[in-house]
Amino acid sequence: MQTMQTLKFVKKEAPAWTTGTVATPAGPLYRVSTEWTRDDYRGMIKSRLGAFRMNYTVAPGLYAAGDPTKDSDVFVTANYKLTFDILRRALKGMSAWILVLDTKSINVWCAAGKGTFGTEELIKRIADVKLDAVVGHRRIILPQLGAVGVNAGEVRKKTGFRVSFGPVQARDIPAYVQAGYKKTEEMSTIRFSMLDRLVLTPMEINPAMKKFPWVAGGILVIFGLQPQGLLFQPAWSNGLPFLVLALLAVLAGAFVTPVLLPYVPFRSFAIKGWIVGVLSVFAATRFVDPLNVQDTFLLAASYLLFPALSSYIALQFTGSTTFTGMSGVKKELTIGIPLYFGAAGISAVLMILFKLKEWRIV
Amino acid sequence: MKYLANVTTLQYSLDKCTGCGRCVEVCPQRVFEMRDKRAAITDRDLCMECGACALNCEFGAITVNAGVGCAAAIINSMVTGGPPTCGCGDTSVGCCG
Repeated sequence: MQTMQTLKFVKKEAPAWTTGTVATPAGPLYRVSTEWTRDDYRGMIKSRLGAFRMNYTVAPGLYAAGDPTKDSDVFVTANYKLTFDILRRALKGMSAWILVLDTKSINVWCAAGKGTFGTEELIKRIADVKLDAVVGHRRIILPQLGAVGVNAGEVRKKTGFRVSFGPVQARDIPAYVQAGYKKTEEMSTIRFSMLDRLVLTPMEINPAMKKFPWVAGGILVIFGLQPQGLLFQPAWSNGLPFLVLALLAVLAGAFVTPVLLPYVPFRSFAIKGWIVGVLSVFAATRFVDPLNVQDTFLLAASYLLFPALSSYIALQFTGSTTFTGMSGVKKELTIGIPLYFGAAGISAVLMILFKLKEWRIV
Repeated sequence: MKYLANVTTLQYSLDKCTGCGRCVEVCPQRVFEMRDKRAAITDRDLCMECGACALNCEFGAITVNAGVGCAAAIINSMVTGGPPTCGCGDTSVGCCG
């Protein structure tokens, strides 16, 4: 009867990343593969690009890696599939239990910030999977960044399980276990390498580019607008350099500033973005002939508007970094927002002056 | 990399500390270290106000006004008047990425 049930359970909906089941006092559990298939790699790339990140998920519950026993470690993770995949790959050659919380397919850190990777969910999930029947000990290991949402004292009081916060990165788990559950400073510090920053840039560029057609349309209308009506020729010849400058401003804020973050002076993201923005306007208008903006009003507007745009976009990257805090971002915004509105307002006046001159009104 | 100086809301009172070391275990920025069997702050400016230390200090020795350091979330809260929450997806490294 037990085998029949197991078979049915496997046949019905075994995910591709499982390799059979293991029997436990709490019923059969899937055993996960510790290898990535081509689908797993494809999923990682797609989720990095933002294609389907919201439903890239695994079912919450308890899973086995290797051949775990009553004494094996329990690693807790989120049900964002990329997070889960990184953990199961890190457990290669080990035998352990994996407890997946329902974090609405969001990674550990973000979910901990929201509270879905949290004290309540962990307590509930420990009871749901009957963890006390599956393992004989009372220890669970959480990713360190989960500490933002999980109160370890509370979990111990309610479930009897003692929480250890393991390394920040799953890849350090084997070394952490081998060292007798001790973390080095390296393991408990969040890193933010150039590669880490680079993989985040598509999610900075994509949202900015979604608004770009509106900006482009606006620019073409402004330049095309003539006393005789909306003309294509001036829209194109005068508007194009502005369009390219706007595109460069987006790249300066969403790509160049994040990637070169530590090398751009000042700690403020708004100032970093502004500096890269000014440099890109300068380089483009000086050294690229078709972008050589001749008119003084237009040139002044370019220097006011585009670096401000880069600065604003660079400020958005604070949401993706590993070291910016709320108080700092609030301070930047309090000072920055009036300046952005000021820059936009003065640019608008300069553009109007340019149009008046163009139409020979002044 | 360090963010703006003198902005963190982190407060720590040494006399409540029992030296359990939990704050050192959870802080991803090495703001705390153990000195003479008590926790000590290394550099306040490293704090990113994630709140892990305050949540996990069973002795109430740490407070911090925790929240997301995310411009989009804070602008949103300025407009709506609610608390800043991340409307974010995921990444293995950061938050709203």
